Amino acid sequence: MDPLVVLDSVNKHYGELHVLKDISITVGKGEVVVIIGPSGSGKSTLCRAINRLETIDDGTITIGGTPLPTEGAGLAKLRADVGMVFQSFNLFAHKTILENVTLGPIKVRGKSKAEADKRAMELLDRVGVANQAAKLPAQLSGGQQQRVAIARALAMDPQLILFDEPTSALDPEMINEVLDTMVQLAKEGMTMIVVTHEMGFARKAADRVVFMADGQIVEDRKPEEFFTNPQSDRAKDFLSKILTH
Amino acid sequence: MNVLLDNLDIFVTGFRNTLIMFVCAGLIALVLGTIVGTFRVSPVAPMRALGTVYVNIVRNTPLTLIFFFFAFGYPKLGLPRASYLVLAIIALSLYTATYVAEALRSGINTVPLGQTEAARAIGLTFGQSMTLVVLPQAFRAIVPPLMNVFIALLKNTTIAAGFSVADAGAIRAYLSERGEPQLVVLLWVALIFVLLVALLSWAQRALEKKWRLAR
Repeated sequence: MDPLVVLDSVNKHYGELHVLKDISITVGKGEVVVIIGPSGSGKSTLCRAINRLETIDDGTITIGGTPLPTEGAGLAKLRADVGMVFQSFNLFAHKTILENVTLGPIKVRGKSKAEADKRAMELLDRVGVANQAAKLPAQLSGGQQQRVAIARALAMDPQLILFDEPTSALDPEMINEVLDTMVQLAKEGMTMIVVTHEMGFARKAADRVVFMADGQIVEDRKPEEFFTNPQSDRAKDFLSKILTH
Repeated sequence: MNVLLDNLDIFVTGFRNTLIMFVCAGLIALVLGTIVGTFRVSPVAPMRALGTVYVNIVRNTPLTLIFFFFAFGYPKLGLPRASYLVLAIIALSLYTATYVAEALRSGINTVPLGQTEAARAIGLTFGQSMTLVVLPQAFRAIVPPLMNVFIALLKNTTIAAGFSVADAGAIRAYLSERGEPQLVVLLWVALIFVLLVALLSWAQRALEKKWRLAR
């Protein structure tokens, strides 16, 4: 498998707190990697470092063989190729659903409005919210907003999509509609790095489960092996806490 | 009423100059203030410093002193000559821009960080994410304070009367030469200002209604 994202000895501190400790991980093209772990384990920071929403202190991150630029036009160009879906959706509050999806393609990719609109409507249809295209984000439910956010990421034709706890801010009955969309994407071969607490998604769609604790990668294995036979005490303890309910 | 009707020429000239200064300085201050406000939240440290220095120096100087500089200092600098009206517009623009910048900065701070992150995550540059995502939302949030700034500007234009601009603030002086009762003249000037400000307040309400932003 071609490596797409390669992190080598990445470290990050928040003041005294060593939040990423010597992280090295490779994600191949078409792979779905789920990152799980207790709060404060550094999993969101790791996810956000991959498109440099978080800076790192040392180590290297390369995407498609290119080292992550530190700033400027190069970084913007790279971010255009890396989709991101946030916990709190972050749809542009003053723009309609359709405009949210077409903004990047028009302003970054230079597509015509007609072309961008057509593609956006296809994507909105695919995530099941095409009939909401003219509304503002606040008029949609959380689950709908998150599916729009996925469509917005897809509209850029990204090489991979990062999901930072995409269902953590959703009401329980809306979680599945978002997860279904994500499972569909995984089946279509999209490269995905997903920080989540949804173990069901990890079992169903992940190629690998990465378990993080205290800023380190503790386990990195196939989902079935990880869930049925965790090796580390830290993972056993974590799983016993979340799987008993 | 006769005071107004008999001297309509003076009133019209005065308020025309006031409105010229208000509109020109308002537009320049809006543009300059937006640039300075953006500088103040820029990720580039020297730009932030430049914005801060500008705001602190100009905003902390009394407007009258800025007028003194342009009326008496500027002509000695050997720069192209300009009429008192143009110099007054420059002085008012530079001064008002600092207030626009600060109102805008407070507006920018109300836009959730996630909006910027989402903008940058789809590959927009800093400039694009400001102009396409952050500023449109910031402006919607600061309509009331921004309108305060413009109301202050409208009234500040009368200071130009002290620097040889025949604006609304100068009407009393002209009419006293014609022997009109000064108190009545001032009441008329005040009434017209109240009406103009009411017009601005109406514009503010209309904008607030149009731009009401649901979150």
